Amino acid sequence: MEVVGSHRRIPAAAHVVPTLPLYRSAPELEVRLEDFELFAIYRLRVLKGISDGLSRGKTPDDMKKLVEDLLRENMSHPQASEDSNKDIISHFVLRLVYCRTEELRKWFLSMETTLFRYRFQLQSAEVQRAVIAENDLPCKAVSNAEFENVKEKLHQVSRHIGQSIPTADMIFYKVPFEEVPELVASRRVFILKGYAYVATNQVSSHVVTQFRSYLSKALVLTSRKWTSTIKEREKDRLTPIVEALSTSYLGPDYSQPREFADISLKDIDQVAKSSFPLCMRHLFDKLREDHHLKHGGRMQLGLFLKGVGLKLDDALAFWKAEFSHKVGAERFDKEYAYGIRHNYGKEGKRTDYTPYSCQKIISSTPGVGDHHGCPFRHFSEENLRAAIGKMGVGNRAMEDVIDKVRNRHYQLACTLTFEAVHGSSCDAGINHPNQYFIDSQKILQKGASQEQTGTKGDGTHTGLPALHQSKV
Amino acid sequence: MSREEAENGRDNMEIDGCEPQTPQGNAVLDANFLKIYYGKLFPHEDIFKWMSYGNDGKHPGCDQSYFGRREFSFTLENDIYLRYQSFNSLSELEKSINEKCPVKIDVGPVYNVDPAKRNAYAKAGDNGFTPVERELIFDLDINDYNDVRYCCSGNDVCLDCWSLMTAAIKVIDTALRDDFGFDHILWVYSGRRGVHCWVCDRKARRLNNEQRAAIAGYLHVYKGNEYGHKKVSLTGPLHPFLARSYNEVLKDIFEERLLCGQKLFSSEERFEKILEMIPDESITSELRGKWLESRQSSRLKEDINVVRWGQLKHILQSRKHKGLHRCVEEIVFCYAYPRLDMEVSKHMNHLLKAPFCVHPKTGRVCVPIDPNHCEEFDPTTVPTLSKLLGELNVGGLSAVGDDGLYGTSLGRSIRYFRSHFLQPLLKSCKEEIESSYNAKLRESKNSLRW
Repeated sequence: MEVVGSHRRIPAAAHVVPTLPLYRSAPELEVRLEDFELFAIYRLRVLKGISDGLSRGKTPDDMKKLVEDLLRENMSHPQASEDSNKDIISHFVLRLVYCRTEELRKWFLSMETTLFRYRFQLQSAEVQRAVIAENDLPCKAVSNAEFENVKEKLHQVSRHIGQSIPTADMIFYKVPFEEVPELVASRRVFILKGYAYVATNQVSSHVVTQFRSYLSKALVLTSRKWTSTIKEREKDRLTPIVEALSTSYLGPDYSQPREFADISLKDIDQVAKSSFPLCMRHLFDKLREDHHLKHGGRMQLGLFLKGVGLKLDDALAFWKAEFSHKVGAERFDKEYAYGIRHNYGKEGKRTDYTPYSCQKIISSTPGVGDHHGCPFRHFSEENLRAAIGKMGVGNRAMEDVIDKVRNRHYQLACTLTFEAVHGSSCDAGINHPNQYFIDSQKILQKGASQEQTGTKGDGTHTGLPALHQSKV
Repeated sequence: MSREEAENGRDNMEIDGCEPQTPQGNAVLDANFLKIYYGKLFPHEDIFKWMSYGNDGKHPGCDQSYFGRREFSFTLENDIYLRYQSFNSLSELEKSINEKCPVKIDVGPVYNVDPAKRNAYAKAGDNGFTPVERELIFDLDINDYNDVRYCCSGNDVCLDCWSLMTAAIKVIDTALRDDFGFDHILWVYSGRRGVHCWVCDRKARRLNNEQRAAIAGYLHVYKGNEYGHKKVSLTGPLHPFLARSYNEVLKDIFEERLLCGQKLFSSEERFEKILEMIPDESITSELRGKWLESRQSSRLKEDINVVRWGQLKHILQSRKHKGLHRCVEEIVFCYAYPRLDMEVSKHMNHLLKAPFCVHPKTGRVCVPIDPNHCEEFDPTTVPTLSKLLGELNVGGLSAVGDDGLYGTSLGRSIRYFRSHFLQPLLKSCKEEIESSYNAKLRESKNSLRW
């Protein structure tokens, strides 16, 4: 793919491919610099929309609809023949943008794979077959004799996942189970001696896995190429665009405390009460109560506190004070201090880890004895009502929150909780626990300064316009 | 294991004057004892042979660097934690263990390069230092069942609640062999209150994180925590794997071991927890009424837990209520289905304690468990460090058996490890090395011809 300046060129129109592209190689096209950036922004809107959909826990059917809408809104081109080029160009631009760190690659890989999965499902059977044919599938159809042997089990699985009973003329493929991890993880296939029996209509999982593994490898290669040559060669042209694109949409990562740096230990209880989102408040309370948190909880709360501005030494003192009650100071130093220093980039790989975003927290799977995760998603309704009641959310607001939860809008539920607790609106919505914290602190400090200068409001519905002008 | 044997085990500990579980949980590992254990009994060579997977042989297809790329990590007595230890030979491994005398040895993945030199490679950018092979591992801890066991709490474990581990071993072992087709599986007692599982087939060692997560997900049924929703929810007919687990293992364990062993229906608090899982008010109040009344009435001959479970099953299975026919199964799954620590299995770079370590708190040796006879395993009679040293004293150091184990009670465990795990494993490793070497040769010949 070549990028040309803003003088207009006629793109090579012969490259219109009607099926779903697999993005195996960059197209031999010339792209105008404006399109380079513009197409990428459109595709980012699609990926961001998918990311939001996932974090709301949308069902596969809702996701399919969402992807269809997002594509129609963003990915069509005034000239229909250009649709496919826009698709391919934008994909390869974003590959450059998101190849550069592990974190970016992970996000991009996950969103592109999701996009591909639903796009594949939206295709006609004919196109699907063509895509399957493009992949070299190491699977073979199950013979009739073999089908008879496992018929009973295949029936059981079909009934288990609510599909029609398979008949002898239905084709099943025998695939090494490693090739269809999604179907295995959700027990949607029968597995015998290392082979999964995949029905024709389930083959998409296989195609998606191949797409994902190919893209994953390609991203690593692109990353190497980027650091070794492209970055320097394009430093006046593409590099600034590429670097701006990745941050402009993903939002800040909150790994470094910003405006309200330095929370000291003595203030932490006060601040927890006033400005922690429910997920962190729950962890914090449980830590105070049990003097212990399991790994998932330590990570979620620990990184959040780092983002809030708790210094490493204070963090060690904070965790030690609690854990000592339960396991003793000695065992703390031995078993837990390492993990905390690790979070601050002082051990092991020495990566400065970033606090978890809402999406990550919502998609976690807390088990027995765990307290991490998103309470709006993982609590039962009864427990959730009690928890937000304790935060001071009144009856009417509570019903609104619960309503959002029922519709799986967990971040919106959190946003409404924020608004009810602070008596102030939050138009941007809550996307990150550390953002909740910063926004909360802004409102509280503003309130405090107003009190001092004597322009005290009633603390519930004032000062909104000014607040929203300040950059969040 | 018979009661007599169990008592003998306890007697021995007393004679040694080294009761493993002191109230404060003080370390029972005397450094000198541990030194003798590593020097005389710890099977260094078996561990080395195992982790070499045939690459220590003379065949030209052997990868001589293989064992040296494995991460070991040691916890020393004074709380020093040494990660990224690596060894190029059996003698290096043995020497380091004997010298450092770690209270715990953990085993990590095999990396692409020697972990001792990781810093030099880490700077090379992506994939400079990355795990390439790791056994598929599972970690089960009886602590995760605390809400369904009433016999013990905290770190304690007895034969009654151990049946939960027995159920877990059976369910997971069968799935790994029959469903996933793995052959080389080692189950190990974790030394206190859980079990570890090592799946060592070549295919298992090379799974990526996503594939590991898929297997863990397949085996994962019990979800949520005390704040969450229903913990087990089964919809529609059971998947063949769950149906088999229920019919062959869980139902029996629940009715024969847990029901009376844990006295699941013996008090109001306990049966209320079970009634909570039945979504039909009329049924729960009918049962509750019956049970509250029968508390006052005269004692029945039959065990109260068995009677009440029978009543519950009868009422749920006789009524044609929609959505209730899964309820009996849900209760059984909730109380008996394995609860995995998912994170351990999902990632390649998780460390796991090596077999044959001595648990620092209990003094028990982490011995292998035979999954075919796991119901006979009794954690309270596992050889302890002090027992073994006592046996060494009695037997005298001169009385070396032909297996070099001085006739101690560890002998049985090591013999099992060799005959049922190590030998079959090394045999198939050898075949794999030879066949992949031959395939490579053929390939290079073909390419020469072209």
